[in-house]
Amino acid sequence: MTQLAVAAAPILIAVLAVPLALAAYRMIRGPGYADRFVALDMLTAVSVALSALTALATGRSAFLDIGMGLALVNFVSTCAFATLLERKRGGGK
Amino acid sequence: MIVAIVAVVLMGAGVAFIVIAGLGVARLPDVFQRMHAATKAGGIGSTLVILGVLVAGGVARPLTGVLTILFMLLTLSVASQMLARAAYMSGAELRGIERGDPLAGVLEREGAPLEERTEVSALR
Repeated sequence: MTQLAVAAAPILIAVLAVPLALAAYRMIRGPGYADRFVALDMLTAVSVALSALTALATGRSAFLDIGMGLALVNFVSTCAFATLLERKRGGGK
Repeated sequence: MIVAIVAVVLMGAGVAFIVIAGLGVARLPDVFQRMHAATKAGGIGSTLVILGVLVAGGVARPLTGVLTILFMLLTLSVASQMLARAAYMSGAELRGIERGDPLAGVLEREGAPLEERTEVSALR
């Protein structure tokens, strides 16, 4: 019954390369720190979706655990970067 | 068969959301508009993709996927609010505002973005 979904998963993974490339462009190009943090947020959302699709395509449900770990790390890292951005004064030297 | 079609539709809708979010992140003019695209569309897109994978079946522990969806829905809004507030307070550039800055005087704000206040900008 699920052959259709399993066959569709690799195609969707290939399509997801487009937003991955766009977020990487934003992360390389900048221009500010905040833009790069937003791009990191976006990259993690894409990779959670990628790991879920990989779990379906390969039949190994351990990839779902990877997606959950990425979501957890994303929250903590975004909070840490936000605190850095808010507290860093700069220009001290 | 119906189940497989529903799963493919959910996954396709999620991937479409993520592609639109990627376009927004690459094309919109300032940090806050990029964040608007990335957080909402990215969060809904990933949630729909995981939901589609769960509907398709074939994974051994679907509870992990349910927990991931719940966690993402709970934390993405909080994280993006924190990041937007920090970006505003650190003086990120605002574009496309017509009637002045409505948060002026509510939150303190640095005069220039962080990359112009630190010596890292000398590397570029």
